[in-house]
Amino acid sequence: MSEFQPKIVAFCCYYCAYSAADLAGSMRLQYPPTIRMIEQPCSGRIDIQLILQAFEDGADGVYVAGCLEGDCHFLKGNYRAKRRVAEAKKILDDVGIGGERVEMYNLSGSMGPRFAEVAHEMHDRIKGLGPSPLNKRATKKEVMTGDCS
Amino acid sequence: MIVAEQKPFEEIAKMVEIFDKVLILGCNECVTVCLSGGEKEVGVLATSLRLYRKQGDRPITTVEETLVRQCEWEYLDEIEKLVEDVDCIISMACGVGVQFVAERFPDKWVIPALDTKCAGGAVEHGLWEERCGMCGECILHKTGGVCPVARCSKRILNGPCGGSQNGKCEVKDVDCIWDQIYKRMMALGRMDQLMEIELEKDWSKARDGGPRKMSREEVMIGE
Repeated sequence: MSEFQPKIVAFCCYYCAYSAADLAGSMRLQYPPTIRMIEQPCSGRIDIQLILQAFEDGADGVYVAGCLEGDCHFLKGNYRAKRRVAEAKKILDDVGIGGERVEMYNLSGSMGPRFAEVAHEMHDRIKGLGPSPLNKRATKKEVMTGDCS
Repeated sequence: MIVAEQKPFEEIAKMVEIFDKVLILGCNECVTVCLSGGEKEVGVLATSLRLYRKQGDRPITTVEETLVRQCEWEYLDEIEKLVEDVDCIISMACGVGVQFVAERFPDKWVIPALDTKCAGGAVEHGLWEERCGMCGECILHKTGGVCPVARCSKRILNGPCGGSQNGKCEVKDVDCIWDQIYKRMMALGRMDQLMEIELEKDWSKARDGGPRKMSREEVMIGE
């Protein structure tokens, strides 16, 4: 069986993490291809439903990357995101997916290396946890039915 | 407004475990304002239930709808078609809404997703406090607009009691509301009014007198 490659969705704020990702690219820094970045106008755009939906649609892990605390372009968006991520963790624990599959990170646009570090950190964490229970189930079914479409 | 809070997810999941297709019904009034049963919360509960059930052998189908109000027949009429097609309805309204839904659709099993807490308001973002005890006979004109019925732990009408310490209540960690009433009356120069003894309240006008009804002939439709 091939090695588990997680699907990780990263909701990145345009003003920091998204620019940091650009910088990481310019600096030729490697980070795992398992990260799927979604640009957001601000981490405050994130709500719980969005995080849950990512898991429903097949993500094994999700993280939100916003500006450093006190540096939000819209003043408080990252503080709001932090609380929502905390609430999403509780819900994910309740529904059996596991709150440790979602995380909040703070970085600035100039932190390219940190962006790559965060990507590695999350990749390792999710790899350690294994596929999300929903994906685990799908994999089991595929094995049982031989349906890999 | 009516303040309500979502029941623990585990409890809701248990109540719907025998159903395969559910209608999750939100309400656009009080529970939307107190962020417990509006469109957004309907979405989150629906997704949570699907995520939870997908892990087992019995996935669930959710239908999501949010009405202007659940406590009026005319809005409930709108979902007649949706209701036909589901096994049960999870109402995310207050207890009033849940009962209206159950009465309007007598052959459907209705599940409450919220615990209705009190009549109150948001004192700040994310914090709601009880403000009205619905006693049926308002006395706020005697207490400077601060309600001892709803906000005094002992519902004392001639307070404060001996348990008021440094402006705090002895029963639970809240401000002593009689302390607040005194401060307010003092600021308004109405202390003399507090010298009048408030006689016993007619609690038959409150819930103690049994379920209450209110009618107004002039707005009734019909002969």
